Amino acid sequence: MIPLEAYLILAGLIFSIGLVNLFINRNLIIVFISLEVMLAGVNLALVALSHYMNDIRGQVLAIFTIAVAAGSVAVGLSLLIAHFNLKKSVDTEELCELKEE
Amino acid sequence: MIEFLIMLIKTTVVFGIVLTHVAYTTYAERKIIGRAQARMGPMEVGPHGLLQPIADFIKIFFKEDIIPVKAEKLLFQIAPLIVLVFTMINLTVIPFDKNFILADINVGLLFILASASISVYGIILAGWASNSKYSFLGGLRSASQVLSYEIALGLSLAGVVLMAGSLNLRDIVIAQHNTALGVYAIPQIIGFVVFVISAFAETNRAPFDLPEAETELVAGYLTEYSAFRYALFFLAEYVAMYIMAFLCALCFLGGWTIPKFVTDILPFLEKVPGIIWFAIKVYAFIFLYIWVRATLPRYRFDQLLNIGWKVLIPAGILNIIIIAIFKRFTS
Amino acid sequence: MIYLIFAYFCLSTLGISIMALTRKNPVHAVLWLLLLFLHVAVIYLFLNAEFLAMVQVIVYAGAILVMFLFTLFLLGARELPKKKRYTSMIEGRLLIGLSITATILAVFSSIKAKYTGKYTIKYIQEVGNTKAIGVMLFNEYSLAVLILGVILLIPMIAVSVLAWRRRDDTS
Repeated sequence: MIPLEAYLILAGLIFSIGLVNLFINRNLIIVFISLEVMLAGVNLALVALSHYMNDIRGQVLAIFTIAVAAGSVAVGLSLLIAHFNLKKSVDTEELCELKEE
Repeated sequence: MIEFLIMLIKTTVVFGIVLTHVAYTTYAERKIIGRAQARMGPMEVGPHGLLQPIADFIKIFFKEDIIPVKAEKLLFQIAPLIVLVFTMINLTVIPFDKNFILADINVGLLFILASASISVYGIILAGWASNSKYSFLGGLRSASQVLSYEIALGLSLAGVVLMAGSLNLRDIVIAQHNTALGVYAIPQIIGFVVFVISAFAETNRAPFDLPEAETELVAGYLTEYSAFRYALFFLAEYVAMYIMAFLCALCFLGGWTIPKFVTDILPFLEKVPGIIWFAIKVYAFIFLYIWVRATLPRYRFDQLLNIGWKVLIPAGILNIIIIAIFKRFTS
Repeated sequence: MIYLIFAYFCLSTLGISIMALTRKNPVHAVLWLLLLFLHVAVIYLFLNAEFLAMVQVIVYAGAILVMFLFTLFLLGARELPKKKRYTSMIEGRLLIGLSITATILAVFSSIKAKYTGKYTIKYIQEVGNTKAIGVMLFNEYSLAVLILGVILLIPMIAVSVLAWRRRDDTS
């Protein structure tokens, strides 16, 4: 039997890889991708706990996470396209200006 | 160990039979379309051209494999493999007979939908990696077509799942056999029509073969491919046709069973092995594919997406609502 | 044997997630992400969550990542050019990230499964994973499902509004 800690540490590592990359990367698309990696880690932790606690609620919660992630990615990517049309760039540094030139 | 060997033999048998069928489906297609257009079809190689598919395959596998200089080499090379592998993998969950199934998993239907959604990547990557605008446009067209029609396909299958109460393909067939009519095609006629139309679009076949519309896009995502990589795409398309035919036979036409009222009238039909009924249903569906290709002209791309989003998806939802109400008041 | 397979999937998941985030070309990053989701789906199978594994593949691979690819093709965005930054402080950001990582790992490795519910492996084998999830989803969380429908509807409207361009706006 594989211990619960193995899954949790794996989930934590996946989440942290996404997190560290979120801090150091400047490309908006890669930032979105790191958000997805972080969500994968969260889902893995939920499912692992669901299995080891003999409760199906963890999996139900993971389904909700996946559905909300789909919605958030749709909005995020369309904002990205709108931003790209304005600035012709996907760099996060371009986001610091508050007014339209 | 002995189980592993049996499994290996079973897998080889299934894949071998399906690949032979694929080869001879190309022959049947050319013959039937030939007859539909008052021609003879292939006649030269062997009696009545029976060895034509073998000649074709030998020719195509010995051609030179051309990779464009500006292409993404690795992705260009693995794209046809992605399509083929994730199409062939569906054969593992198809029950061919009551006790002949390679992997009897609980979520068989979802498995087929999942691998269909991965095989789309092969098409997108083939278009993108070729670094050619015809390939790219063809790949994007194909991807948007397959994705929009997968929703309609999923909705029409949701009705079946709701009625059978299971995602396991074998349980679906057994549940179907226990109903009065023996097939789901009659109570779910809307779902059946939606399924057939989206199956045509899902496999990129006429009248929805826009990704490969040679008059507009040269050959779509296949433009830069040649030799055996082209053959792999070709093979994947025909295997996908068979997967859709299997799915149609299992989910709507009763799989390897025949309706109970038929065996009540003609009891000797029960002696016929189930695989024969299954084969008859699958062949009928393949014949429909070819017949439609010989008869109907191609749709325009906006018409295609309009049919998918404005007709088939609402019809699929309507089907689910009808089945849900039906289920609520009968059980 | 099972440990070996699990160890392979753990290591390759970590390797793939690092590969996905260090690619310069966004299309390659998305493809590595696809591979990552397939591996995560296999790890779900280790945890007897077959329905969730399939949902993960269908939703993430079939919808979300294709959306990413379409956006990338629409932007025509290739590699990001190097340019001079106003702020750099890469060490500071790395330090914050690594300290949060250490905290997460410390917390996660000390979690123990003390609570035990009624959905044991035996029970789920009897009922079926999909049915168990469905019964829970549409009874206990039926309101949440309705709210989820609204949550998915609003992005649809939002995306149409954001992507809408007036005809006279093209000058």
